[in-house]
Amino acid sequence: MELADLAAIAEKERAARPPVEVRCCTAAGCASAQADKVLDGLKKAAADAGLDGKVRAVSVGCLRLCSRGPLVQVDPDGTLYANVTPEAAPSVIAGLAGGPVAAERLDPAGPFFAGQASVVLENSGRVEPERVESYIAADGYKALYKAVREMTPAEVVEAVTRSGLRGRGGAGYPTGVKWATVAKNPGDRKYVVCNADEGDPGAFMNRSVLESDPHKVLEGMAIAGYAVGANQGYVYVRGEYPLAIDRLTTAIKQAGKLGLLGTHVFGTPFDFRVDIRIGAGAFVCGEETALMASIMGGRGTPTPRPPYPAEKGLWGMPTLLNNVETFANVPRIIRDGPEWFAGIGTEKSKGTKVFCLTGKVANTGLVEVPLGTPLRTIVEGIGGGAQGGAIKAVQTGGPSGGCIPAELLDTPVDYESLGKIGSIMGSGGMIVMDGASDMVDVARYFMEFCMDESCGKCVPCRAGTVQLHRLLTRIVDGAAGPDDMARLESLCHMVKDTSLCGLGQTAPNPTLSTLRYFRKEYEAKLRTDRRVHLPVYTPTVNGTPARRTP
Amino acid sequence: MPTAPPAAEARPVPHPSGDKRFKLLEVAMKKHQFRPDALIEVLHAAQQLFGYLELDLLLFVARHLKLPPSRVYGVATFYHFFALKPRGRHTCVVCTGTACYVKGADGLLAALRREAGVGPGETTPDDNLSVLTARCIGACGIAPAVVLDGTVKGHVTADALAAEMKGWVPGGTG
Amino acid sequence: MTAVTLTIDGKLVTARADETILQAARANGIPIPTLCHVDGLSAHGGCRLCLVEAGPGGRLQPACVIKVAEGQDVRTDTAKLREYRKLILELLFAEGNHVCAVCVANGNCELQDAAAAAGMDHLTLDYTHPRREVDLSHDRFGVDHNRCILCTRCVRACDELEGAHTWDMSGRGANSKVITDLNQPWGESATCTSCGKCFMACPTGAIFRKGATVAEMDHGRAKLDFLITARGRKQWNV
Repeated sequence: MELADLAAIAEKERAARPPVEVRCCTAAGCASAQADKVLDGLKKAAADAGLDGKVRAVSVGCLRLCSRGPLVQVDPDGTLYANVTPEAAPSVIAGLAGGPVAAERLDPAGPFFAGQASVVLENSGRVEPERVESYIAADGYKALYKAVREMTPAEVVEAVTRSGLRGRGGAGYPTGVKWATVAKNPGDRKYVVCNADEGDPGAFMNRSVLESDPHKVLEGMAIAGYAVGANQGYVYVRGEYPLAIDRLTTAIKQAGKLGLLGTHVFGTPFDFRVDIRIGAGAFVCGEETALMASIMGGRGTPTPRPPYPAEKGLWGMPTLLNNVETFANVPRIIRDGPEWFAGIGTEKSKGTKVFCLTGKVANTGLVEVPLGTPLRTIVEGIGGGAQGGAIKAVQTGGPSGGCIPAELLDTPVDYESLGKIGSIMGSGGMIVMDGASDMVDVARYFMEFCMDESCGKCVPCRAGTVQLHRLLTRIVDGAAGPDDMARLESLCHMVKDTSLCGLGQTAPNPTLSTLRYFRKEYEAKLRTDRRVHLPVYTPTVNGTPARRTP
Repeated sequence: MPTAPPAAEARPVPHPSGDKRFKLLEVAMKKHQFRPDALIEVLHAAQQLFGYLELDLLLFVARHLKLPPSRVYGVATFYHFFALKPRGRHTCVVCTGTACYVKGADGLLAALRREAGVGPGETTPDDNLSVLTARCIGACGIAPAVVLDGTVKGHVTADALAAEMKGWVPGGTG
Repeated sequence: MTAVTLTIDGKLVTARADETILQAARANGIPIPTLCHVDGLSAHGGCRLCLVEAGPGGRLQPACVIKVAEGQDVRTDTAKLREYRKLILELLFAEGNHVCAVCVANGNCELQDAAAAAGMDHLTLDYTHPRREVDLSHDRFGVDHNRCILCTRCVRACDELEGAHTWDMSGRGANSKVITDLNQPWGESATCTSCGKCFMACPTGAIFRKGATVAEMDHGRAKLDFLITARGRKQWNV
């Protein structure tokens, strides 16, 4: 495969494209609203109207406004229809000639769409995720060609470093630094792992990217493999995402057939194979050492770091782990240059971030914005504000994050700013809550999640989350006293400081952040009638040892 | 020092039941060259074939992958996806992700308890319906969501769910 | 192997570069409490009792896993660490059903010793009173899951020393449990060699020799250490 061959595929694909393309989102959200039948209806109506060669109905990925699916967009004029039923499908085709359309028409220039950026999602809703030719026609795999044919591995690492890209899984570790570490660590074999174990409740960014544009992720992984010297990649994807798994499997097969993956990528000595590993339902496997234990067929329990995966990862070999969205950013960085990428975002947080805007907000769906965008722009501008009442809080970062109160909505969304106010960027879940949400119960909800998902290896997380959950439940039930509050706080700090992995270390975050901003809600639930039977726990040390039992 | 003959030569025997599905599982294991690190893939395949993972089946897997039985059991019980007990003929998975929680997943679980008389992780006495919860199915845009026999339904209300249950539970309320 | 110099609790200490902080501390007479650690078995890092303040910002690190480093400043006994260790022990006592009065290991129990050393005199947390089983199906040993602290010492001793891998951990989180084979009664285990190494490794009275009554049990830990040195270093310290 040469650049000319790639161009030929793209040219053929463009030439075959009819003047009008009717794009129907068939990603999971719309699929659950019968999008497949809508697509069939569109195809049949186009054929019945004798529009072959003029109009083509195609299956695409996410068109972002998931709550109003199925969504159908007409290219090139951009007309967008929401809530399209299978019955209404023929009218969409008829509408191309000016007939009435029996579906809600959305304004693609409206605030939900106009306020967004398109880097990671540039192809989402445009290319056909199940056809590699469609991706190639959208400049796909050009970056991989450029990397393996025109750049040295060190130059690729350098480009990623200069771009300022940081891990999109939540912690924001500089991607270039990680790549450089794996590249320089010696090993007979090295591995590249794509973390698609999107476990945060209320987050589906990775699923959307895999369902909408799987080749972009594969291209990013292959570039990474070339840069760090790995010949084997794994995508660890949640078992809960069957459509993403299907589309990824198809993509791997198609890319392999064209020589874009497999042996001698683009005719170079570089080999890169990608296999899928299907998760089996364990949130802790989002933690990198647990994820690797799971890929190797074991219980997904984390191990203390160091050694870091970059040093000793899969089968003891240097392993690069990045999140889906991180890999999806890579092709653009190579194609358009690190400076272009670094031009987006803030000084320390470059590029864009994809969020899942959900909860009590008018427009729910997938949102991509430049980093540094104020939270208010996202939830009130793009999201259209709370449904009905007023926004009370926005939860980011899932069970590891925090609740940001309405008065801090002007906070810019970047790694540092969110950290400063007691939350985290996280993988991108953004759940809007209104007055109906009881913040103590929200804290209890997340603690229950962490308790259920704790792997059980270390004591603070295994037993500490159980105790924290009991304390929170007692407060919610109105059975707790002020001493329970003190106990709750001291235990939160202890679990945070002493747990083995990120799950335990961040499990107290939702509780701590609601304590910080919504303390009154906690206090209003406390019993004041009498002291409870248990003495107050004071974090001082009792110097006298207890009497030994003989 | 005399060394024992390499145990790798010992081929595990086919399952005595003659059930064809064991043959298919062997094929699946062979695809992974009976590698012990393929345990999770193999358990996925086994559950797909048999619906759930009986002890006998776990032992069969352990023998073919040459793994200690306790390791196989440990892995099978670590992950939510693997069931060691049979599920009902129908399944209703209620998503309890944050978006669904905010939009009333609790109400859906209450409706199921009212209609079918079972809670999360339970199966009706007639083995017709299993109620399960999922931590997040990633359908947050259409919260609250449930999965009925593998089909995702979005924007579900308690009444709509109760109506869906009519055919699955005898006489509605339990 | 190169030697490094570090400070532990203000004391200048020299250690081999491949040693853990725990090894370096103990070699220099500085005690660090542990529960899941056994010298010679692989590190687990689960009990968190051996956490020490190491490096910049006083970050807590498990001494049983983290290797020594040149110029490291380690603190093993700060007020914060003492508070946290006590809370960890409280969590363990609250999580199981530990009744010393009827325990064969009473007076010979590492959990009890750790609690005494930490100065515990009561729990500030709720006892959770889980329902757990006792398995007496093995002809020589019993396992009382009420007393199990899930340290996996039995699992590692069985796998790494005996090689049988009869034990493993099942379930997860608060539902974790040590099992034999397919969670079958221990006495029916096809892999168990009845060697007793799990019993020697157990820090509490969870795995016990049958016939021992309250406070009577001797774990025979010395035998386990003998085996570890014999196998690992080919030294038979009789």
